[in-house]
Amino acid sequence: MVQLTLPKNSRMVTGKTWPKPEGATNLRKVQIYRWNPDDGKNPSLDTYFVDMDTCGPMILDALIKIKNEIDPTLTFRRSCREGICGSCAMNIDGINTLACIYGMDDVKGDIKVYPLPHMPVIKDLIPDLTHFYAQHASIMPWLETKTNRPAKEWKQSIEDRKKLDGLYECVMCASCSTSCPSYWWNGDRYLGPAALLHAYRWIIDSRDEATGERLDELEDPFKLYRCHTIMNCAKTCPKGLNPAKAIAHIKEMMVERIV
Amino acid sequence: MAFLTDRKRATGMGSARSGTEHHWMMMVTSVALLILIPVFVFTFGSILGSSYEEVLAYYQRPLPAAVAALTIAIGFFHFRKGVQTLIEDYVHGVARKGLIIAMICLSYGAAALGVLSVLRLAL
Repeated sequence: MVQLTLPKNSRMVTGKTWPKPEGATNLRKVQIYRWNPDDGKNPSLDTYFVDMDTCGPMILDALIKIKNEIDPTLTFRRSCREGICGSCAMNIDGINTLACIYGMDDVKGDIKVYPLPHMPVIKDLIPDLTHFYAQHASIMPWLETKTNRPAKEWKQSIEDRKKLDGLYECVMCASCSTSCPSYWWNGDRYLGPAALLHAYRWIIDSRDEATGERLDELEDPFKLYRCHTIMNCAKTCPKGLNPAKAIAHIKEMMVERIV
Repeated sequence: MAFLTDRKRATGMGSARSGTEHHWMMMVTSVALLILIPVFVFTFGSILGSSYEEVLAYYQRPLPAAVAALTIAIGFFHFRKGVQTLIEDYVHGVARKGLIIAMICLSYGAAALGVLSVLRLAL
């Protein structure tokens, strides 16, 4: 059954309020979810004060500043700081997004930062994405061909290449899948918007010759049809993509095969 | 505890190779109900509050009887498919199967009762 309350050891408690930096006048309050698997305590919401006069404009800048200057135990993933690697996906001000391209100006009032929802937490802002990545691997995210390899390259027309726009840009940050209620309730079997967007990216690729097999593998009440077009995925995607539309196209192709 | 690889957990028992029929029937019955329900409301509403004899005479005409029977039959078929999706979303394990069976019995039972009642009026 769906769980409507958190287990006792997952309930949030009030955390530590860290001292304000000395001499700073332009402060911003940042509250961050903290959980350490080693101390046996419940998760808490720690409060930090960031000096905006010496901090970059993005949420990731604030997190790095906190880690460097206030609390070195704060744990989060980050790498490219320009929305390409997808590492710093987290829930900021109630929205799943990338901390590196989400400005602090976009948040009114206190900034609240949590890990991506409904995923097991490894530590602080780091969710366990093992299953998410395995689901992505299961849709065969590569070009599958049966014809002998051509002497030069697999050709693709400009029109066919355009069909991949809005699909290939996905950075697998998991913001969409972790914003989807269907994925929350049935994430063990439902592939989720990210994996399905990638599946469609290969289904629609004019060079791929495994369209039928790919559709066969997706035709399942849980893998595909848990999508109820809730559209949270499209609303939250930090890259502005629309996984719900890709899923709708897959469903269209499924119907095309039987009617 | 089972020592399963991540890939094994993700693929599970593989694809059921079904679900499209369900999806297609939901779409078809949605469109059918989109037409039937306003017609049903119009026909049923026009006779609401009339005497038994008047209702009997009205439902002995083929069009109102057919509209009522189709609305009931397709409505409950749509209900059965929709609630199955709902149960699959929120209930797991043995309870899921039990509830789906109960819901199928309820839907088809109610549909049979409704259609037979209309037929009794009509014939």
